Parts: sequence; structure tokens; C-alpha cells
Amino acid sequence: MEITDFKQLLTEEFGEDVVLSIDENATPKALVVDATKIQAICLFLRDHENSFFDMLSCLTAIDNGPEANTMEVIYNLYSIPHEHSLMLKTVIDRESSEIDSVESVWRTADWHEREAYDLLGVNFKGHPDLRRILMAADWEGHPLRQDYVEPETYRGMKTIREEGDPS
Amino acid sequence: MSTIEYKYKPGNLNASAPAFYKEENLKREEMVINIGPQHPSTHGVLRLEVVTDGEIVVDLVPHLGYLHRCFEKHAQSVPFNQAIPFVDRLDYVAAMNSEHAFVMGIEKMLGIENDIPKRVEYIRVLVAELNRIASHFVAIGTYGLDIGAFTPFLWVMRDREHIQRLLEWISGARMLYNYIWVGGLFYDLPVGFEEKCLEFINYLKPKLVELDDVLINNKIFVERTANIGVLPRNLAINYGVTGPVLRGSGLKYDLRRVDGYSVYPELDFDIPVGKGEMGQTGDCWDRTFVRVQEVKESVKIIEQCLEKLTKEHKRTRDFDPRAMVPKKIRPKAQDFYARAENSKGELGFFFRTDGRSDIPVRCKARACSFSNLSVLAEITRGHMVADMIAIIGSIDFVMGEVDR
Repeated sequence: MEITDFKQLLTEEFGEDVVLSIDENATPKALVVDATKIQAICLFLRDHENSFFDMLSCLTAIDNGPEANTMEVIYNLYSIPHEHSLMLKTVIDRESSEIDSVESVWRTADWHEREAYDLLGVNFKGHPDLRRILMAADWEGHPLRQDYVEPETYRGMKTIREEGDPS
Repeated sequence: MSTIEYKYKPGNLNASAPAFYKEENLKREEMVINIGPQHPSTHGVLRLEVVTDGEIVVDLVPHLGYLHRCFEKHAQSVPFNQAIPFVDRLDYVAAMNSEHAFVMGIEKMLGIENDIPKRVEYIRVLVAELNRIASHFVAIGTYGLDIGAFTPFLWVMRDREHIQRLLEWISGARMLYNYIWVGGLFYDLPVGFEEKCLEFINYLKPKLVELDDVLINNKIFVERTANIGVLPRNLAINYGVTGPVLRGSGLKYDLRRVDGYSVYPELDFDIPVGKGEMGQTGDCWDRTFVRVQEVKESVKIIEQCLEKLTKEHKRTRDFDPRAMVPKKIRPKAQDFYARAENSKGELGFFFRTDGRSDIPVRCKARACSFSNLSVLAEITRGHMVADMIAIIGSIDFVMGEVDR
């Protein structure tokens, strides 16, 4: 299926304004979709017999910085029987950075979303267990945000090693 | 030298490694056991919080992150070619495969993937398959060790040593190679390598028959692993499980064939899948069986590569494997998802480039072990604690890739 076919599938189901734009430049080609309907879109794309995206390969988030004031959550879908792939992009507000969880659609999203929450601070609504996964539970800040400043100490220990410091 | 202040409070331990289960969540007769961070069956640093009722595992919560080295943050602060040594450290027992995946992704982004000389491509596949055998040998050998079989472990480690020596001869390092570069290789194969490699392959083939006898068809081994930790196919796909774990569940899904990258379409090999010969499809035995079969397929691939490298794409005096290495890596502005079949499954890299610099704006590694590990709790519930160890070993995750 071509990228326009996927767009048509989505617009038939959810109306004209669900697909904001098509990114032909991306590999695989991407659809920019409405972030508020992401869970329904994913469920529809997984179950529809023409798309049948049964595998979520990758879920990642990108912080565009305080000036743009947006974040993006990107889904890479793959269909094993049809052997086609699709990238879904969503743009969310950076302040609240909220998006629906797709953990109920693909269970693998559970840990991927926890990682995106841990490193970028995206709040996935409806996630059953949104805890930090890679960093320590009491770590402050989300390290992959553009305006992240590394704390100087962590529980009284220096986080940056100075020149000539053997510790 | 300044002294380190470490204000220890009893609550500190709870804060750094909190438990998911509190004492009041537990039912009568249940208790929480911590397994790890260091345990022989977890190949790396992983803490498992296990709720048990007698010897039955009621629930299991993996706690990871002990090995987190901020790969993504590092990769976003150095040029693409300088990130290759970091990629080695993702899956440190199969570094060549990770390098191959990463480098291929960048070459596709640059649009030079069809300009790579064939000799370079065959050398890449050769070293990647050698490393795949080494990685599977670690998995099979230590799995036998988890179950209680010591001899197969020593045998496969002996054979793996030969591979490591070959790869050390190529690149100068035993485990972390930095051998595959964007657009080429660090160096051509050393003189006489093809002959030595063929010698090793001929040595290895009878050893694999021995391995079948001593481990895979061993009655004790079958008893310990058949019908344990059964992973149904639809659950595996839903959890994003790939590699030998998914193929053990009976799905013929291998990116070397599905995507047909590099020179794999020109090579003749099968994709082994678990058929449930000793129990149900997708149990621990099937996963180990698939790995052993894959080693045999890799041997076939290496033989064909050596054939090509000594006949069609011979070493010539003026061949330079670095001829295509670009001076500046500057892909156009785009989002790119590249993937390849690592020894443990689908290793994907997501790049966002801005078209101006050779440093990616975002580099995310979709690691296979990360997804494979997430299915652990699902297939362990209801089994004995001893079987849990067997299930952990059969998934074969490397924590360097889980934590990144």
C-alpha cells in the first residue's frame, strides 16, 4: 500500500482533518496525525485488514526545544503479513506534553513509553505503570530535553568528574 | 582531593531501587524475593523482584537501568562516524552485527548503499556471521550452565575463542571492534585470513554435531526446557519480540530475508523455526534449538562468502576498503528508521538529521533485547522459581543493549 492509501483509510474512518500532512521525505514515509486521536488511530490501523500493523517496531519522542515549544512522538509500525511499514508522527504541546498511551494496542509500547517518559518527560495518559525505567527513581529532570541541565550533585555525590580528581 | 559526602539514610536504598510490590499488597503466604542485580543467569546487571507463593512465581517485575550509559545522549553529541564505537558497546557479544546495522542505516541515509564495493559487502557479512556464531555460542553455552550442564559451556567457549582470535586478527580487538566504517571498512582482511577461516569452518562442523548430541538432544536438557515458558506467536508479536525468540515461536521472520539488505539475497541459507518437536511450539527448548540451527546456517553463509572472496572478488593490490569513506557525513534533513537483523532480533535506529551538521538531532536505538526482556513477566507467571532461571536464559538478553 502507498502512503496515500493509508491516508485515505484514515480519512474515511476519522474524517478529513485527522491527517495533518504527509512527510514524503521520511523513511518509511510518514503521516502526521492528530495527537488527540492517536489511540483510536493505532487500534484502527492494527485491526483493519488492509493495513494490519501488528508490530510496533519503535516508539520515540523528540523535544523541539523551548522556542518551538512542541514535542513529537513518533511511531514506527510494521505489518508482518503485508510486509509494509509506516511512520506516524504526532506533535504535542511541550508544557503539558500529554498523549494517550497505546499500551492497550501493542504491549511492547509499555516499556517504550516508560523510556520516553523517563528520558523526555512525555506523559502517556492511561499508561498502567508510568515509572522511570532507566534512570534512578529520584533523578531530577529528563535528560534528553533540550533545556536539561545536569545536576551538580546527586545525593551528595558529584556527577561531574574534575581534572585530577581520582574519585 | 576532596572527600565525597555521602549522606546515607536508610530510606536511600528504597529511593534508588524501589520495589513495585509493597508488603501490604501481598497476600498471605506470598513473599518478595530479589534476584540479582548480579546473578549467573542474567547476563548483565538486572534486578528481578519476584513475588512467590511457595515455589511458584506469582509475579515478576524487572528493574533495569544499572548499566545505562546514555547512548542516545552521546550519539546526539558526536558526528555519526564517531558514534560507531558506542554502537559496539550496545550488544557487546555481537558488536559486528550492531555496527553493520548502524553503518548501513547511515549509508542508506546518504544514498550510497549501492556504491559500496562488493568485496566490502562480503567481508561485512562474513564478519557479522562470525560474530553471530560467537554470540549464539555465548547464549547456548551459558544456557547450558544455567540448566546445570557444564561440559557444553566449556566446549562452545573453546570454539568461540577461535572466532574471537580471527576477529582480533582482523581488527585488533577481541570484543569491541570499530571495524565496519561508513562507506567501507577499517582495513582489508589480513593476508591468509580466508584460508584460516575455512580451516576453522571445517573444524567447527563436526563440533556442531557433537553439540546436538551433548546438549540439544540430551534427555535431562529436554526435561528441563520442553513445555517451559511457552510463548505463543501472537503474544510474541504483540510484545515486539524478534529474533530467535520469535522464530522459536514458529514464525519465519528474519530481516535478512524480509528486507534483503546487503548481499544476503545472493546467499543461500534457510531460516530455522521452532516446531515444538520436544514439547509445545515456543518453549525454551525451541528457542535454544533455533539458535543451534542458526549457527549451522551461519556456517553455510560464511562458506559462500569465503568462496566469493577467494574467487570473484579477490584481494587485489590496489583495492582500498576506505576509498568510499566520506570525508563529511551530511545527510539531508529527514527522519529515518533503519533496521537490521542482529543476533538477538531487530536492531533499529531512528535518526533525525537537520541537513546542516553531521551530528544527528535525535538518535534512538530500538534494541532487540529491550523488547525481548519485556515479555519475561508474561511467560514466567505460574512457573517454578527454578524454571524462571531457565526462561531468563532462553531469552538471551544482553543488558548492554537493554539499558544502552
